[in-house]
Amino acid sequence: MNDFNKTLKSRYKHIKQEAIEQWEALQSNPDPVIYLGMGSCGIASGAGEVWNAVEKNISGLKQKIHLLKVGCIGPCYLEPFLDIKLPGKPRLCFNNVDANRAEKIINEYIIKSEAKLKPLGHLGEQVEEFDGIKSFWSIPMLKNQKRIVLRNCGIVDPENIKHYIARDGFQGLINAFNKGPEGVIEEVKIAGLRGRGGAGFPTFKKWQFCREAKGSPKYLICNADEGDPGAFMNRSLIEGDPFALLEGMLIAAYAIGSNYGYIYIRAEYPLAIHRLKIAINQMQKTGLLGKNILDSGFDFEVKLKEGAGAFVCGEETALIASIEGERGMPRNRPPFPAVSGLNGKPTNINNVETLGTVPNILRKGGKWYSGFGTEKSKGTKTFALVGKVRRTGLIEVPLGTTLREIIFDIGGGTLKPFKAVQTGGPSGGCLSKEFLDLPIDYESLTEAGSIMGSGGLIVMDEHSCMVDIAKYFLRFTSQESCGKCTPCRIGTRKMVEILERITEGKGNMEDISILESLADTVKKGSLCGLGQTAPNPVLTTLKYFKDEYEAHIDKKRCPAAVCRDLVVYRVIKEKCTGCQRCVEVCPAQAISGPRSEPHNLDPEKCIKCRACYEICRFDAIAGDAIIIE
Amino acid sequence: MPGSTNTILEQNPSNDKGSLITILQEVQKEEGYISQEAIVKISRHLRISRSTIYGVATFYSQFRFNPPGRNSIKICLGTACHVQGGDFLLNALQLEIGIKPGETTEDRRFDLGRVACLGCCALAPVMMVNNNIHSRMSVIKLREVLSKYE
Repeated sequence: MNDFNKTLKSRYKHIKQEAIEQWEALQSNPDPVIYLGMGSCGIASGAGEVWNAVEKNISGLKQKIHLLKVGCIGPCYLEPFLDIKLPGKPRLCFNNVDANRAEKIINEYIIKSEAKLKPLGHLGEQVEEFDGIKSFWSIPMLKNQKRIVLRNCGIVDPENIKHYIARDGFQGLINAFNKGPEGVIEEVKIAGLRGRGGAGFPTFKKWQFCREAKGSPKYLICNADEGDPGAFMNRSLIEGDPFALLEGMLIAAYAIGSNYGYIYIRAEYPLAIHRLKIAINQMQKTGLLGKNILDSGFDFEVKLKEGAGAFVCGEETALIASIEGERGMPRNRPPFPAVSGLNGKPTNINNVETLGTVPNILRKGGKWYSGFGTEKSKGTKTFALVGKVRRTGLIEVPLGTTLREIIFDIGGGTLKPFKAVQTGGPSGGCLSKEFLDLPIDYESLTEAGSIMGSGGLIVMDEHSCMVDIAKYFLRFTSQESCGKCTPCRIGTRKMVEILERITEGKGNMEDISILESLADTVKKGSLCGLGQTAPNPVLTTLKYFKDEYEAHIDKKRCPAAVCRDLVVYRVIKEKCTGCQRCVEVCPAQAISGPRSEPHNLDPEKCIKCRACYEICRFDAIAGDAIIIE
Repeated sequence: MPGSTNTILEQNPSNDKGSLITILQEVQKEEGYISQEAIVKISRHLRISRSTIYGVATFYSQFRFNPPGRNSIKICLGTACHVQGGDFLLNALQLEIGIKPGETTEDRRFDLGRVACLGCCALAPVMMVNNNIHSRMSVIKLREVLSKYE
């Protein structure tokens, strides 16, 4: 072993020793420790109030109790989470906690020690049952998952670098320093890692191009502009484990020979930005960022750039323009960013999840990582499983898992019969139930007319109208089009107009062929990925759900009863008990009738806001489709 | 606060044209919106034409050019929220407070905006008032939520 390795090892050993001591002290603490899931989704479900309630409840106690915040553990539908760790017992996890339930848990488990309230599961090392309590990792939503990039999320305090280090954090960086830049690229090549932003370009190739490019300085940019509506994988990862991303950046920068990094992050993610700032600060203090990192001679600094809200800035060249302070408009490629990117210098851009995966590859080896997934798509991928599925949340599965396994085994299926799943955001497509047994990988999704995308999976059931979904996405891309290429700027707008006409019941059969021809023009005539993929939602819905288009055009009917102009609301007299709730809630005074008698709904006054439909307890109001015979 | 734009400009060197978006963000954070006067000042400081600044600012959906209300409502119109009825929520909200996205009520109690996705898709539909996210919203819960903000 040379001197360089020796100093490196000893520096790291010292830091790690300290971290492990702190972590172990927490694990075998004689005092109870309470962990609260404080990701954005947890806070949105009321974790803030739970935090206050816990603080209030423990403040008067004689016993010392530690209170810690952790990130999102995944099953958002069970938020907020409260874990309790008592000495000699594994960490117990409680779901759907509110202020009252929190008080009850503290009362039963800490004050009286007569545990009646059953936890959801335990988070101990062993998967076996403990005291009749199942392991958290064996609950239906989690048992088929493989957590690699999410391994720390919900487990460690994301605002404490020592927790990360104690769980082998920065071991990947040390291994990278030992292998040298070429060795790192080789390892990532063996792992078979492909861009997790959606396009699936081999990561090692991207790094190699940038490494070989002439010019200095070189820049590394992390793309955290998670613009796809319906996707929150990157937000969760940064909120739950920001150090993983930063370690990944260090390794990538070392491999390509860059000393300057940027994280371009959405301003809509204030908590993620806050945690990144804390993480960067702690790394600087520990000597893991800045000059001569761990005495290795390698310098690296990171700057945060907040995005200002433009979907197109997810595109590499537009993102660079935005960092330079300009309108985020894509540029011609070539030259590729690897040759001429930010300020005209070689630049490498990777997605958050790609970079977050890298430390695991360097820590456990490329060969280990390539053991997961399929032949061409290696490893695991996170997905945001949302929409009309029973168990919503963030999941991580090996690539090659089928849509059926994800939606039905992990997601628990839909309440109403399943209709479609939308993958890949506005650039992706809607797949019908024939594709449920499709193994998810980059190639198979592209073949089906959709794309992998960043990982949003939006499940739809019979109450979703596919024409409406196509209209929704096209409206989104037409608003987000930067306007540079005419086919994209005008073409998407025209497509929206046609779709609006169809959903208003004013379409004709010719509209379908116009849509198809416009889609072709927009795809071929656009410079960047936004325009090239914008027609996908229309094309896939036309391909797999043509009958719905025909119902809207021919029969002037919306089978899912979603399109407002094709729906009337009426009271079902036999079911109405005359409870007056709908009369009170109607903003247009369209419903009338004395108490205890069936009400009247005046369709002339009705503005179709759905308030009565939502408030009715007796299913007496139904959104019924108009049928013109 | 007419002085705050000046303070922000002092902290950003005039030769770094790449800081334009950051400056605009800081000005909006301080003053609530981008005023004509602020654009003039930034233009002089960075030596970029006012039209270029206006071009950049209008490109990004984050920036607003009229004073905000006391409470800012943002309706999430992400895919998950759309599927779960976010559109109905927006319509009901427009009726309730009588303004469209991008506008402010006359009494300056609320301003209304749309946002592409707040990343709380598993709890859809959601809306954000100031910095509080209200999850699993419905048309019926609207009045109750709004009554919390004066």
